[in-house]
Amino acid sequence: MSGAAPTVPEPFDWSSPQAAARRRRRYAADRRLRIYGLVSVLVAVGLLGILIASLVVGGYSAFVQTHIAVEFTADPENVPAGDPTSGNYRAVITNAVQQLFPELESRSELRTAGDILSKGTANMVRNHVVANPELVGRSFTLEVPASDPFDQLNKGVIDRNLPEDRRRVSDFEIGLFESLEARGLVSTLFNWALFVNSDSRFPELAGLAGALVGSFYALLVCFLVSFPVGIAAAIYLEEFAPKNRWTDLVEVNINNLAAVPSIVFGLLGLAVFIQLFGLPRSAPLVGGLVLSLMTLPTMIIVTRAALKSIPPSVREAALGIGASRHEVILHHVLPLALPGILTGTIIGLAQALGETAPLLLIGMNAFLTTPPGGVMDPATALPTQIFIWADSPERGFVSRTSAAILVLLGFLIVMNAIAIHLRQRFERRW
Amino acid sequence: MTGYLFLVILALSLAAFHVGRTTAKSFVSAQGAQLHSRPVYHGAFAAVWVGLPASVLVVLWLLFQDTIIDHLVLASLPASMTEGASASRLSLYISEIRNVASGRIFTEPSPEIRTAAERLQSWQAIARWAMVVVTVAMMVLALYLARARMAPGFRARQSFERTLDIVMIASAAVAIFVTGGIIVSLTFEAMQFFRLVPLQEFFFGLNWEPQIAIREDQVAGTGAFGAVPVFTGTLLISAIALLVAIPIGLLSAIYLVEFAGECVRGIVKPVLEILAGVPTVVYGFFAVLVVAPAIRQAGSMMGIAISPNSALAAGGVMGIMIIPFISSLSDDALRAVPQSMRDGSLALGATRAETITRVLLPAALPGIVGGILLAASRAIGETMIVVMAAGLTATLTANPLDSVTTVTVQIVTMLIGDTAFDNPKTLSAFALGLVLFVVTLYLNVAALRIVRRYREKYE
Repeated sequence: MSGAAPTVPEPFDWSSPQAAARRRRRYAADRRLRIYGLVSVLVAVGLLGILIASLVVGGYSAFVQTHIAVEFTADPENVPAGDPTSGNYRAVITNAVQQLFPELESRSELRTAGDILSKGTANMVRNHVVANPELVGRSFTLEVPASDPFDQLNKGVIDRNLPEDRRRVSDFEIGLFESLEARGLVSTLFNWALFVNSDSRFPELAGLAGALVGSFYALLVCFLVSFPVGIAAAIYLEEFAPKNRWTDLVEVNINNLAAVPSIVFGLLGLAVFIQLFGLPRSAPLVGGLVLSLMTLPTMIIVTRAALKSIPPSVREAALGIGASRHEVILHHVLPLALPGILTGTIIGLAQALGETAPLLLIGMNAFLTTPPGGVMDPATALPTQIFIWADSPERGFVSRTSAAILVLLGFLIVMNAIAIHLRQRFERRW
Repeated sequence: MTGYLFLVILALSLAAFHVGRTTAKSFVSAQGAQLHSRPVYHGAFAAVWVGLPASVLVVLWLLFQDTIIDHLVLASLPASMTEGASASRLSLYISEIRNVASGRIFTEPSPEIRTAAERLQSWQAIARWAMVVVTVAMMVLALYLARARMAPGFRARQSFERTLDIVMIASAAVAIFVTGGIIVSLTFEAMQFFRLVPLQEFFFGLNWEPQIAIREDQVAGTGAFGAVPVFTGTLLISAIALLVAIPIGLLSAIYLVEFAGECVRGIVKPVLEILAGVPTVVYGFFAVLVVAPAIRQAGSMMGIAISPNSALAAGGVMGIMIIPFISSLSDDALRAVPQSMRDGSLALGATRAETITRVLLPAALPGIVGGILLAASRAIGETMIVVMAAGLTATLTANPLDSVTTVTVQIVTMLIGDTAFDNPKTLSAFALGLVLFVVTLYLNVAALRIVRRYREKYE
């Protein structure tokens, strides 16, 4: 060990230009990261904004529908007074169109004019006459939905100033429609058909009633299965289960099931419920069972969290005055945990309501014009109906798809709002 | 019919509850005896005895009634029809008989089918009534037995609680049954597929053109079921999704945890939760309606031809879907880093950014990686966005502007519409499903393990 004195570093000049430059660089890096973060947040929020805005812009027009007031005459020649169901309503409509446009003579021109009215007009007139048999032989005015191209024309989606060969309605048709407008027969009414009718080939008649009923049945089945089973499983795992390999296996299974892709549950439903048990395709029963398998892990996890949040003192007090372990759970812990469990249940059901892929595999994307009468009837669900409409080529279905999505999002928001309300109203801090 | 039967079961169970309770009370009033269990447990005991076995019986009956009747009807067909007929032929007979029996007659059925349909109808009626009679008889018997066991010293509470235990254990076991059901059903159908198409063809073949064999003798396994392009397409779209989601998700998590004030966090967190709660079919529609046309237009402005269902559009929108997922998991991971590490770094003179990049991120890395693995598993298994926005034909390409297909798209297209379970086209969906399940399961298990180990480190 000799000589070399320990090198004393030069005292660093913190106020030198180099140091100042370095400091500036470091602060700039700091600001940069902050800006990157802010930009990412803004991008995420902006994307949600674009998503919602595009849906609203695309969908709001589907909540109204162009109607045309037409005077029909149920003359006894076409509609027999004794049996109004079997009348020739096509002729009634042709006469009404002729009355609307007395100047038209050729059959093809009349047919073109008749196409302004929805294809479902004959049905509507028949139902109206059958419901009011005294109308036979009399005239009456009905607000009839306009067919899709003219609905779009009225809503301004089809530009009247485009050259004729580039739009879907000809100048002649626009002329007819404008003459109706001039006579004040065209009105834009709230589109009740969207909520009252089931699916249809014609956009102006298509509605969500079937899908809403189907979703309701599927969620009902899902709730009836996953709620009791989920609570029972959660109580067992949280309160009774011994710590051994078997219960470990159950826990690992539940965590994994929560992350299995939803389409795999669809494959399971197809192979087991439909193929093995012979349940009918497209039935809300099968859809609900598949959805319940998917929500079960969520149910178990939220129920366990709710049970865990009840302090042990409650259990000990009940045990201390002689309750059995089951009584402690059933009489004290479960009622106290119920708000938390219900909150989780609603959130789980909201997830199930938006689930599409497994329902496609079990056939809940059928084209059905009547709502299901029960859990065994073929049905569609709200998200699968959106998928069907999104695939339809007609222009009118684009706005209807957006409208259906807004309805779906509306349900989800209401469900989540109820869940949040429940949590805030009944949550107890111990 | 079945619904009414369940109502009857419910009503009889309630009646049994009442009977049990009043019986127990009568012990007290008539004999002045000390009850072991409270009357309500006697009632519950009776109700469980009456209701539970009957419900299980009805469910089992309903599950197996059709299968058994089908077998009986087939067996009753004249031997000339069933002898040597294939399984699909037999199922055709069954569906025709069913149609005739329920009055949906399209063509005039043969006399054999007609008599079989009549037999089917009468057997179904018999089965329905037999179910009702057997169930009700069973419930009455159960009530009698339960009543006979009741005595002041009867340990009704223990008996009832034992039943509760069994119900709870069975419910917990459902999770295992579901996993088991997935594995068994997917493996079973996939095995059938691999009997038709060799394994190496499926996993290494470069050509995916699944068509139903048109001719009876056409060999299905000739070059059409090579799943490599499907796998690469899935990976391409998932990679694009992660490229979009990881930077945005991670940076917003960093911003929210380290920089943002209470107010910003109060706005942004719910927004991200809304993004996470939007159903995927909505994202799919968004991709088709807004993103894909926008990308196409941008491409045509730059003079690049972009496919209308490009991987970029599908992957990009999938990325948007995953952003909240990554940001909330990274958020958790960053929050779990002890405050002392932050304070130590700042005390040494590091800036906020240096603390984040040199201390917090390395410390939180396992948690973030776990989150990314979970997000990858979700991207691979995501269905609706790609079904609506990605292509159908399997092309082997790494070009994000081209149209590619994914495993989930193929599963849906194979199984949508009417499906028969005897051709390789439908069965291939189960093989793909099995691959999907195994891969996502592996990712999930790995991710959960990483996250858990990391959490333990700091707790």
